Amino acid sequence: MIEIGLGHYLSLGAIIFFLGVIGIFLNRKNVIVILMSIELILLAVNINLISFSIFSGDIVGQIFTMLILTVAAAEAAIGLAIIVVYYRNRGSIRVEDIHGMKG
Amino acid sequence: MITNLNILIPEIFLSLSTFSILMIGVFLKKSFNIIFNLSSLIIIVTIAIIISSPNSEEKIFLESFTRDAFSNYFKVLILLSSLFVLNSSKNFIVENKLDKFEYPIIILLSILGMFFMVSSNDLILFYLGLELQSLSLYILASIDRDNLRSTESGIKYFVLSALSSGLLLYGCSLLYGFTGSTNFDLIASQLNKENTGAVFAMVFILVGLAFKVSAVPFHMWTPDVYEGAPTSITSYFAVVPKVAGLALLIKFMFIPFSNILLEWQTIIIFISIASMILGAVAAMVQKNFKRLLAYSSIGHIGYALAGVATGAVSGYESAIVYISIYVIMNIGAFSCLYLLKKDGEYRENISDLSGISKKHPLLAISFLIILFSLAGVPPLGGFFAKFYVFVAVLEREMYTLAIIGLLTTVMSAFYYLKIIKTIYFDDSIIAFEQTKNRTAQISIFASCTILITFFLYPSILNNLVNSLFIS
Repeated sequence: MIEIGLGHYLSLGAIIFFLGVIGIFLNRKNVIVILMSIELILLAVNINLISFSIFSGDIVGQIFTMLILTVAAAEAAIGLAIIVVYYRNRGSIRVEDIHGMKG
Repeated sequence: MITNLNILIPEIFLSLSTFSILMIGVFLKKSFNIIFNLSSLIIIVTIAIIISSPNSEEKIFLESFTRDAFSNYFKVLILLSSLFVLNSSKNFIVENKLDKFEYPIIILLSILGMFFMVSSNDLILFYLGLELQSLSLYILASIDRDNLRSTESGIKYFVLSALSSGLLLYGCSLLYGFTGSTNFDLIASQLNKENTGAVFAMVFILVGLAFKVSAVPFHMWTPDVYEGAPTSITSYFAVVPKVAGLALLIKFMFIPFSNILLEWQTIIIFISIASMILGAVAAMVQKNFKRLLAYSSIGHIGYALAGVATGAVSGYESAIVYISIYVIMNIGAFSCLYLLKKDGEYRENISDLSGISKKHPLLAISFLIILFSLAGVPPLGGFFAKFYVFVAVLEREMYTLAIIGLLTTVMSAFYYLKIIKTIYFDDSIIAFEQTKNRTAQISIFASCTILITFFLYPSILNNLVNSLFIS
């Protein structure tokens, strides 16, 4: 049996974080997927903060996590609202269709 | 406890009055005018409160909030620029049917976020301030919700800004883990070059901050958002968040990262050079004036960052002077756009400016002054801004940075002069309406006057900025 230490939690956080970043750049289909990727990034940060907090015995990291969860909810709400108004104007939320301005 | 609250009075006043006028807006019908005037009043009162409060350094709430000369200066700059941006754009807002009462309220909320950003001495407060500002800006970018381009710019800004917030937050979490604290002073005492994890975290935080001030290579959103968002919002985007972002960059360099200055400097120099070059090259082919101003603002941020890259107090001072003059020039440039009205529609293409010197000599001369100043022609204000930055860079013997800066200044003069040629020497095509947009005219007049007379009393601004770092 290996013992699960700080390094394992940090690796998990890093993997989820990079999955989120890659999800934003490789995704060519739907804006909602981008929204989910952003949530993944924020959750990876939360894993980091909580594991640091537990292993250093300092409560501040967990307080920070609570605040990030709140902000993430607000961010998702605003993001969805913007996607809804965009869909009303364009009739599509495919990432390929978002190219009205270039240059 | 009460003394603690005294230090917070500007923030308390701003937040409580914002929520009060939100209530007024909800219960009164057709309340845009009242709310708009009330929010201008709130901004003026907040300026008065900040100016009358002492400049001595105070840290409260577990040292997470600082009030000092530095934060007070930036708060006043943010408030003054938003006051001018709001008032010069009022006619534009009403004529384009953007006159919802939420408009000034969301602007006030973003100002509140920037207040906490420039005052924060703790990663948590810093992050919350930054998010309050960004969330308000997402809404502002897509405020013209029946317009495809406005909502598209909102979506682009949202996705990229949320990504950069995520990167910044990941950096914050690593910084917390490797230094064991979220307080800037404690982080500074824990940081050193051997702490590789913290250096790694610094890079992530820098990426997030560079995005907020739209420095290359994190500038992709700028031209699209500037072009798509309504002009009144674009002028706000071009001015106010840049001031707060630069204040944060200087603050991070000054307090938490002061021990790993060399690592941080290398990255800032790269970002600064890349921004100056891209700002000069990409602006040459633009046909839309707002898009051109976007690239020009990327270039200007490059010069301000060159001052920050010196890592010396004289460099930070030159960057602050630079951003102050940049604010004045941009308020003038955007106010000119509010006068280009034809058949109830605001024109924003450079070709529409062709030959306006014949029918609108005053507008043409204002364009001339502002564009010359943006290009850095002496003796206008823009020249002095660049001059101080280059002096500070040369003092630290960073010759590459200075030479590239001078070359890009010359290159960017090309496209500013090309617009002046269009205004003065091309055939007149459009006669714009004679608008009675007094507030925009006052903004242009104020901006041009300051830019022309700056060389008479450059010491006023310099002494003010010098006093910020003495404490």
